[in-house]
Amino acid sequence: MEQAIFYILAAVTVIGTILAITEKHPVHAILFLVTSLFSMAVIFYLLMAPLVAAFEVILYAGAIMVLFLFVIMMLDLGHPEKGMSPGWKEWLPAVLLSGISIGSLALVIVSRHAVSSAPAVMPTIRELAVSLFREHGLAVELISLQLLFALVGALYLGRQK
Amino acid sequence: MIVPLEHILILAGLLFFIGMGGLLAWRANLIMMLVCIEVMLNAVMLVFVAGSARWGNADGQLFAVFIMALTSAEVSLALAMVVYLHRRRKTVDTDMFSEMKG
Repeated sequence: MEQAIFYILAAVTVIGTILAITEKHPVHAILFLVTSLFSMAVIFYLLMAPLVAAFEVILYAGAIMVLFLFVIMMLDLGHPEKGMSPGWKEWLPAVLLSGISIGSLALVIVSRHAVSSAPAVMPTIRELAVSLFREHGLAVELISLQLLFALVGALYLGRQK
Repeated sequence: MIVPLEHILILAGLLFFIGMGGLLAWRANLIMMLVCIEVMLNAVMLVFVAGSARWGNADGQLFAVFIMALTSAEVSLALAMVVYLHRRRKTVDTDMFSEMKG
């Protein structure tokens, strides 16, 4: 049952991402990507990571994609007829390169001997928090500094003359 | 683990290379380039979470959360830059910002 759900969600994610990449209208592309992110959040939930799944919905689909939509609406970029979408001359090398990369990756993964996975236990939220603030305290400080720099930089770049 | 780790790795690789192909194809439009970078970072997060589920370790999930914080910082700065560039030239076409070429 869970396997079937995983494969359906994987198909939804890949198809949504392909539609988002090939869509000419930026707003439609963002909405396709939100669909793909929702199914990715359910995949995270199936992989025993409910915290990451919740953050995926709240942060990625809720905040970052809405930020994209705000910028597209504010700058009035939703005009695909202005000729900024790539033609086949741009698509051909990109599709060729990604096809070669995907093929070689699938070859490497399939040729590897599949190891039987042990039934892993799900880390609880308490263990996550202990590991986050006790072992990775420096990383938390660095991330908070980085967010502060991003805030100051965005304020500096967005100020009115 | 509900499915073998290899299948999740193939899914993440597919998403990563779809994002890479889109980044190469949409190199004239700043907004779509940022969207493709989002897709690639999302695939990397999937690899971290899959490794965390495979070995029963909490570190993979924590690094997925770190990547998410990093992405939000990157997107806020990059979109501020897009707004700044659009204010100067009234376009987001990368070919219009070429006055520094030697």
